[in-house]
Amino acid sequence: MLSLGLILLSAIIFPGIISLTKAKMSGRKGNSLLQPMKDIVRLMRKGSIYSTTTSWVFQFAPTIYLVSILGAMLMIPFPNGSEGLISFKGDFLLFAYLLGFGKFLMIVAALDTGSGFEGMGANREALYSMLVEPAFFILIASLTFLSGFTSFHEMFTHYHLDSYAALLYAGLAIYVVIQITMIENSRMPVDDPKTHLELTMVHEVMVLDNSGFDLGLIQIGSALKFTLYGGLIANLLLAPFHFSPMVATVSFFGVEVVFAIVIGLLESFRARIKMIYNPQYILTLSGIAILAFFTVLIITHKIL
Amino acid sequence: MDVLIFQLLLALTLVLFMLPKKVMYSAAMVLQLSLIGISGTWAVQALFLGQNLSKVFQLTIQSQPLILTIDSLSAYFILVINFTILTGLIYAKGYLAPYHENKSKGQFSLHYFSLSWIHISMLLVVMLRDGIGFLLAWELMSVSSFLLVIFDSRNENTLKIGLNYLVQMHIGFLLILSGFLFTYLATGTMSFDAMAQAFGSLEIRQILGERGSLVLFLLLFVGFGIKAGFIPLHTWLPHAHPAAPSHVSGIMSGIMIKMGIYGILRVLLVIENDLLIIGVFILLISIVSGLYGVMMAIVQHDLKKLLAYHSIENIGIIGMGIGLGVIGKATGNNALMALGFAGGLLHILNHSLFKSLLFYGAGAVYRATHTRDINKLGGLIKSMPKTSLFFLLGAIAISGLPPFNGFISEFLIYSGMFESIDFGSLNSALLFLTSIVALALIGGLALFCFTKAFGMVFLGTGRSAHTDQVSEATSGMLFSKGLIAVLIVAIGVLPMFFVRALFPVVAQFGIQTSVLESYILSGSALTQISMVIGGLLLVFIFIWLIRRAKQKSVEVVYGPTWGCGYTGADPALHQYTATSFADNYKILAKPIVGVEKYDPNTFPIYEEAEIFPGERKFETHSYDKIERNIIQQSITQLARLPRLFAKLQTGEIRHYLIYPLVFILLIFLLTFLNLI
Repeated sequence: MLSLGLILLSAIIFPGIISLTKAKMSGRKGNSLLQPMKDIVRLMRKGSIYSTTTSWVFQFAPTIYLVSILGAMLMIPFPNGSEGLISFKGDFLLFAYLLGFGKFLMIVAALDTGSGFEGMGANREALYSMLVEPAFFILIASLTFLSGFTSFHEMFTHYHLDSYAALLYAGLAIYVVIQITMIENSRMPVDDPKTHLELTMVHEVMVLDNSGFDLGLIQIGSALKFTLYGGLIANLLLAPFHFSPMVATVSFFGVEVVFAIVIGLLESFRARIKMIYNPQYILTLSGIAILAFFTVLIITHKIL
Repeated sequence: MDVLIFQLLLALTLVLFMLPKKVMYSAAMVLQLSLIGISGTWAVQALFLGQNLSKVFQLTIQSQPLILTIDSLSAYFILVINFTILTGLIYAKGYLAPYHENKSKGQFSLHYFSLSWIHISMLLVVMLRDGIGFLLAWELMSVSSFLLVIFDSRNENTLKIGLNYLVQMHIGFLLILSGFLFTYLATGTMSFDAMAQAFGSLEIRQILGERGSLVLFLLLFVGFGIKAGFIPLHTWLPHAHPAAPSHVSGIMSGIMIKMGIYGILRVLLVIENDLLIIGVFILLISIVSGLYGVMMAIVQHDLKKLLAYHSIENIGIIGMGIGLGVIGKATGNNALMALGFAGGLLHILNHSLFKSLLFYGAGAVYRATHTRDINKLGGLIKSMPKTSLFFLLGAIAISGLPPFNGFISEFLIYSGMFESIDFGSLNSALLFLTSIVALALIGGLALFCFTKAFGMVFLGTGRSAHTDQVSEATSGMLFSKGLIAVLIVAIGVLPMFFVRALFPVVAQFGIQTSVLESYILSGSALTQISMVIGGLLLVFIFIWLIRRAKQKSVEVVYGPTWGCGYTGADPALHQYTATSFADNYKILAKPIVGVEKYDPNTFPIYEEAEIFPGERKFETHSYDKIERNIIQQSITQLARLPRLFAKLQTGEIRHYLIYPLVFILLIFLLTFLNLI
């Protein structure tokens, strides 16, 4: 419950922090932290324009996309050892597949416009999310192996940072989650949200025809997706310390803020990869996740 | 009494040949509804009241009466068969209507007759335990499905595909027969019960060598696997499904290929030795099938061929569940056994639902547009809104996404793997990791494939001229799809009831129902899933209402799709096509998926001096590397010797007259030399 509230709360300033960091890094003054949210609110008050090619799929998709992300949020536990709102054996499967459901509809909605550009974006989104899937599942498999449990809550409460190998594991795991977040949100280095050429976009070109309230929903969804994965990182980092609720709340929020700054820094200093190398880059993540798995094998004395 | 009526119905199928065209459909319907009624009652008794029924058939083979035995496993399959047959029949009326003019009465009679008999033979396959009876029913099933496939027999290609199918089915039959014969040699009787004694017996080791029971299992697995379509035994499947009429494709892909799975399950019920190696074998071949099936599916342009490759994928998922269950049984890991078998068995039902739904949808598209080429379709959602809705439902379900049924069975299988990843040695950890990654990849690839299939066929603008003036499918066709859709949603939203109903079936594999409950229902994962789905539905309605209220107060404008300011584009031509959607995937999948870009003969290279290039044709084709490099190659090698003799067939009567002369002279000579 607490984590749900924190994720929602930090989503309000998350895009603001990213853009402020990027502004500072490029020597600009930058907007207020709330500016992106104000933009969204203004967007939602605006009228909409729909393509005559589109059908009901296009109308439903943004709402379902947002709902699927809200659903995934229910399963994020709070790092002081308490459960998420929903917790059961294998809840991470529902987490991953709910997000997949939202994504399915967004991809299909992009194809609904009958635009070549959006087809391109849809295709890339489908391909990249397919390629990133193994990395997430290998990571979860390593966590279940390490902790012996199969729900987010139990996994996080039963993993400890009591050896160097465990520290290495935590590092690898956090790196993989950060990269998954970047890919799932179509950010650097796979996709550049600020690019102005449709041909090089992934996510932005997919929502080219959305406007008004629907675009607002999609942007809220994107902000929430960031803090959702931020919540996972917070758990990976904080769960072993068993903080009191108060400290955990503050540090959870702190992790989200730092995560946003990290993303801002990453985006300031990295260039986008050439589109054709994206699959290789994404598959490398699975390789790193396998490294994490092998680290777990070492920790549990299955090998060495 | 009920057996007598059952037998009477079998005889009554002949009446179909005497009826006029008009009433034939109704007669077939009445006939099959009665069959469904009788067998359904038996199945419900067996599955829900826990009675193992056995009915004596008034028919004897070698002076032994045939006995229909219905245990939980049979009962479960009977229910799945009956449901798919029912929807297939309802659908068939609308689908076959356009054929009424140009098909003769005989062809229709034969079609409905085979439709009845594929139903009957499948029912018999799951109810007969006696070897000869089982093989007879199995053969009837192959022949009747062959007759159904070649319904459009005027098309020469269809006939060729049908014959290919028939031959492959008989190779499978031969292997199953040999399995039964070895059982007979070892025990003196030919039945599944005898097989129980045969496995691990001394006799089978004497006949088939030290690992006799494993060899026996492999014989049966390959025999049944050809029907099921495991890689590399799948080559008939992508050809036969598109060639058959759509209700037949739905029935064949929905349940007939599951008869192969049934056979494997039936064998697994009686096998006690070598379980670990068998489990690992099934798991690995299933992983390969799942991945290869979906990888091939993405590059298909023919909608029904795409669905056919997805059948291979789903057989792979079912097989993964079963393989995990067997590994669990072998290692005494109850959680893995419970979750694996439950997931695999539930996926049998799930796949029969969404695959028949998708095939019926593809059939409705074909009936309306007369093409199955995805690259020519598009924008059908406007003219066929209901068909599109059902197809979307099936597409999401087959991708294994919540809130539909595909997710539930994949969830169970996943849970089994995650639960037991830290159970055993390093090897088992790596095996489970591989299967987890495989299942995750299958899910991602299926999402890729079905966003493409649904998006290209139903969304956007029509890519050829025919798609804008088509009409929606008939209400009967829609009704049958609606029936399936209700079950798909029900299993997805309220999984616990359906999974609980499966318990007696899973329990048959040697696990107690109470143990099952503790592994599957405790921790209430399934209840929580349905709670989440219910809650999210409310959230969705809430946001949707806000959106609607908001949309009313602001200006909503309709205009053309954004084309970056360029308005001269032809919306039909400047869309992404199925080929372009799969293009970047093709680069990645090149080592596995075969794609031929063009034939250099038909696509001449541009000459330097060619200022105004002439017209050129460009085509890409995908081909099945396993089929071409392994199956075709070995058949070509095998056919080499017979082909030598083919030289004798010159077509000239003079030569043919010489052959007997040579023969007679040879006989004389050999007799003279005392050689014969």
